[in-house]
Amino acid sequence: MIVRNPKGVVLGDELLVPMFAHAICAGFPSPADDFLEDAVDVARLLITNAPATFLWRVDGASMTGVGIFDRDILVVDRSLEPRDGDVVVAIVDGERSLKRLTLGARPNLAFANSRMPVYELPDLVDVEIWGVVTWNLHRLRAIRR
Amino acid sequence: MTPKAFALIDGNSFYCSCERVFDPGIAHRPVIVLSNNDGCAVARTSEAKALGIKMGDPYFKIRDLCRAGRVAVYSSNYTLYGDMSRRMNAVYDQFATDVEIYSIDESFLDLSGYAPADRRELAQDLRSTVRKWTGVPTCVGIGPTKTLAKVANAIAKKELDLAGVCDLSDPVERAIRLDRFPVEDVWGVGRASTAKLAALGVNTAGDLTRLDPKLARKPLTVVGERIIHELRGMACLDLEMVTPQRKGIAVTRSFGRPVTTLDALLEAVSAYAFRAGEKLRRHGLAASHLTVFAHSNLFNGDAPFSASMTEGMIEASSDSLVLIAAASRGAQRLWRPGAKLAKAGVILDDLVRAENVPAALIGGRDREKAARMMAAIDAVNAKHGRGSVTSAAVGIRKAWQTKFEMRSPRYTTRVDELPAARTG
Repeated sequence: MIVRNPKGVVLGDELLVPMFAHAICAGFPSPADDFLEDAVDVARLLITNAPATFLWRVDGASMTGVGIFDRDILVVDRSLEPRDGDVVVAIVDGERSLKRLTLGARPNLAFANSRMPVYELPDLVDVEIWGVVTWNLHRLRAIRR
Repeated sequence: MTPKAFALIDGNSFYCSCERVFDPGIAHRPVIVLSNNDGCAVARTSEAKALGIKMGDPYFKIRDLCRAGRVAVYSSNYTLYGDMSRRMNAVYDQFATDVEIYSIDESFLDLSGYAPADRRELAQDLRSTVRKWTGVPTCVGIGPTKTLAKVANAIAKKELDLAGVCDLSDPVERAIRLDRFPVEDVWGVGRASTAKLAALGVNTAGDLTRLDPKLARKPLTVVGERIIHELRGMACLDLEMVTPQRKGIAVTRSFGRPVTTLDALLEAVSAYAFRAGEKLRRHGLAASHLTVFAHSNLFNGDAPFSASMTEGMIEASSDSLVLIAAASRGAQRLWRPGAKLAKAGVILDDLVRAENVPAALIGGRDREKAARMMAAIDAVNAKHGRGSVTSAAVGIRKAWQTKFEMRSPRYTTRVDELPAARTG
């Protein structure tokens, strides 16, 4: 076992959302001052291992059963070991696809849409798990054109 | 003092490997990446090498071969390669405290703190972590000097049974391997010196270690002695952790098609001057003069034209608008009607730290105001992509712009160019 000397992971540009709307106070100091904490960093929430994390775009509607819709943005971490039930970016015969991984008697990749037939992985197919999806960024408010 | 240990890690066919990470359809196909303006091959996978494609082959000469061999051809996508390089170096930081980024795809790591017996396993661990996290395959060379780490890396690349790691720490194994290593592949030995070395009976790196260092001065200049000491295992070079202050900045491009009007040349050099200003500001530097150059294609029979002009500025500046004004003056002075320009550039040397710039007595500008405006422009461009805000002098259509006809998407840095995963 080799002991490493990690410096920790450096995140990219940080996007800070202040937790306290701390108004300028000319008279008495704010009673909240003692309770001030660091701002919540959304990037830090979504990205735990920056060098291994990539964003992907969803193309298609066959994963709505797990709350993933067409055009959503996925946070994909390559450093994670895939577990049973994970949504993964999988390379199936050279195609980039989004599937749900099941690790039963034999590993399988499935759609998550009740209207779609169960996808059985053919035997002689070349499959590679590219990365594990950790978050889905789904925009609720429509963009006005 | 404990002996030093250096590792050199680099990406295998780095640019091609970056393309393969996001385009798995080309995993088993030959891949090449072309230089700026789709000029010549600058990166090749082993499958492309096997087809006979050489480093630097002009694309127009190998186009038919590429088509016949089903080669995947890409324009260079430096935005993507730079981001992948940044990620790889973030992984290296987890394995070593001291890392020197030597080039976009090569870094030296100081492994002196690890027990010699652990280093090979550590290197394998490093390779598999980089592969898993970023998708890029690498090779690692280890040695008591940087020059030996470079040699070891080249051996790891060539000899596939080494599984990507070669350690030249052991003197016995090192002597055997150096005797088989061609001297022209040693770091710092140029092609010109190879013939001179052969005349002295030096054909391998092993031969070079047995040469009297004083005799090496003639074929290898003053660096020759250093190369011999380094090959013998005496470290002369340490990691360069801090990039030395840049002495000059150049922004030069080949045109997508020949530039034949002064207006187009003015647009192009304005764009280069704007970009040069961005680079200056990022490094906290200022320039006191600026050189513009332009020349015709020197190989295709066009009327030869080559000229350069240097313009001084009243005070050293990093203000893109000041640089554009100087570049435009220079371009106007060097322009000759009828010229067919293939390439132009803007060069800034004699750089000073921005805070040390003496103010001009007469004709100086309101520097604070200009600095605020440039900072605002840089902030907008950082957020919305380079070129979102620029000077109108740069033009809109940019007919002169470099060709990147086969560039892949900037997968990792643009929200509108993310890789897509089909759910079906």
